[in-house]
Amino acid sequence: MGQKITIEPVTRVEGHGKVTIHLDDKGNVRQTRLHIVEFRGFERFVQGRPYWEAPVLVQRLCGICPVSHHLAAAKALDVIVGAGTGHGLTPTGEKMRRLMHYGQMFQSHALHFFHLASPDLLFGIDSDPLMRNVIGVALKHKDLAVQGVMMRKFGQEVIKATAGKKIHGTGAIPGGINKNLSIEERDTFLNGADPMNIDKMVDWALAAVELFKDYHKNNKDLIDTFAAFPSSHLSLVRKDGAMDLYHGVLRAVDAEGKKILDDIDYQDYLKYIEEDVKNWSYMKFPYLIHLGAENGWYRVGPLARLNTCDFIPTPLAQKEFEIFKAYTNGKPNNMSMHMHWARLIELLHSGEMMRDLLNDPDLQKDDLVVKGTKCHEGVGLIEAPRGTLFHHYRINDQDQITMANLIVSTTHNNEPMNRAVNKVAVDYMNGQKEITEGMMNAVEVAIRAYDPCLSCATHALGQMPLEISLFDEKENLIEQKRS
Amino acid sequence: MDKNSKILIYGYGNPGRQDDGLGNMFVELTEKWAKEEGLTNLGFDSNYQLNIEDAANIAAYDLVIFVDASLEPLDDFLLTEINPSPKVEFSMHAVSAAFVVKLCNDIYPNTPQSYLLHLKGYEWDFKPGLTPKAIQNLDKAFEFMKSLLKSPEKIATARAGNKI
Repeated sequence: MGQKITIEPVTRVEGHGKVTIHLDDKGNVRQTRLHIVEFRGFERFVQGRPYWEAPVLVQRLCGICPVSHHLAAAKALDVIVGAGTGHGLTPTGEKMRRLMHYGQMFQSHALHFFHLASPDLLFGIDSDPLMRNVIGVALKHKDLAVQGVMMRKFGQEVIKATAGKKIHGTGAIPGGINKNLSIEERDTFLNGADPMNIDKMVDWALAAVELFKDYHKNNKDLIDTFAAFPSSHLSLVRKDGAMDLYHGVLRAVDAEGKKILDDIDYQDYLKYIEEDVKNWSYMKFPYLIHLGAENGWYRVGPLARLNTCDFIPTPLAQKEFEIFKAYTNGKPNNMSMHMHWARLIELLHSGEMMRDLLNDPDLQKDDLVVKGTKCHEGVGLIEAPRGTLFHHYRINDQDQITMANLIVSTTHNNEPMNRAVNKVAVDYMNGQKEITEGMMNAVEVAIRAYDPCLSCATHALGQMPLEISLFDEKENLIEQKRS
Repeated sequence: MDKNSKILIYGYGNPGRQDDGLGNMFVELTEKWAKEEGLTNLGFDSNYQLNIEDAANIAAYDLVIFVDASLEPLDDFLLTEINPSPKVEFSMHAVSAAFVVKLCNDIYPNTPQSYLLHLKGYEWDFKPGLTPKAIQNLDKAFEFMKSLLKSPEKIATARAGNKI
């Protein structure tokens, strides 16, 4: 009897995902698909609004990574107000934005590791789901849970100090920033009571990298083979090839490390990237035009960034980068679970970047905004925690937005996540008589490695349970599980 | 629990999404009132979502009132005690008030008594500002909560009232 298994977090208004796994009569996986319903209404919503409102308006889009949208929009509007593309700002303007961004990266990566990844690693992917979260970590490894909480809190406080407030921050404005960092704010982060200071944060980030490496040493088979598949990788890199999460040029490498896109000014992204449409998914499938939809798909995010850059410009993260690269003999790393390793190296890098910035006196200067000759179009890219985020705006002579195009990280990773789901479903479910909770969680673990954003902006609109439905070949529901 | 107990009012939601901002608005309203009344034992916080760091934020209080917009079939509002729970959703992107309280209980020496004030909302589009019906619910809940915030020892009795 053929079966269709559905894993469906439901009822989000503007974003939900479900996995369908089709088995044939022998219980082998015939087809898998990850469906994420992407909300695109925002692009219509901003039309007609004055352009300078965009960096605040975009925060209505997502309550999870509002800082990334805030900064990507501001970068696009820098171009429109004639303030250049990334390096045209005053030193204070650019560095305040960078501090905001690295605060965002730090809190997001810490949350992902301690709340999502570490429970799977510490307890196993087939362990009790009620323990497979930070509560379980708290019971067995209280120190790690506290670290996760405090690292997230530290990053949130950095965001508050740079964006001005927690909700609908106004820090980044077209052409710069609207505040500097006071001496008092700086000293809070540099010399705060233990553990709330940047040195402790860097120490903990380094310890998290070590934790992963230790786990990897003892679980190579799982970590190296789980949801592993070859792919291309895309991200921003600094002009000289360094990792730069705030600004750079586009670079992509193939699974062997050959550069298939390099030194591309992202203002021209439409010459290089298109989005394919498939009849079974609401979410588009971006690809590199010169390679075509079939071969031009790529991954974005921490793993991609470590595969595209030549080095990391902070010493502790660079040392870990060298170990990471040596593991694959300098070739791109295509192992999905190594995304966690890459994310932790970025966590460390973000901590080091914050420390450097907090010690930079430019943050206390008053030259905050630059202006130039206005134009009617601008593109802003940033490396958000989950990957490359594109914002593109056009305005008319009345300063109203006439067009907005956003490509979010989860959309770039659409094809890779589908491949990861398929790999795990085949590896874990083929020929099995019973589909266990552990098998279903294996599929979730593969998806969670990419940390997809299911757009949680209106959290009140329903919970996000996990629904597992089994259908017979005539689509009759024969079993259902909901977490 | 007495009138000197440290109380945190924590509203969450997205005020750029109409009634989803009910919790945030409740905090604004109550903070202004507390200032006028000279209630120095009240603390306030507001965010888009709850997340794990809120376990540290609430640990310093005796009583926490979380305030959230609700889709449930309520007439106007509801105050319920929170039962700590380890249950999480598919992603890490937000956690429930019950999860925050449970995490606080597991990693900090003090766990506050915790309640959730549910405020009925109706519209959730990309617009700032509450709907007129949501404003009515907000005002009713605010009037209901004022006396409890001045005399928090009565909150257990209040829970037995018709708003439970």
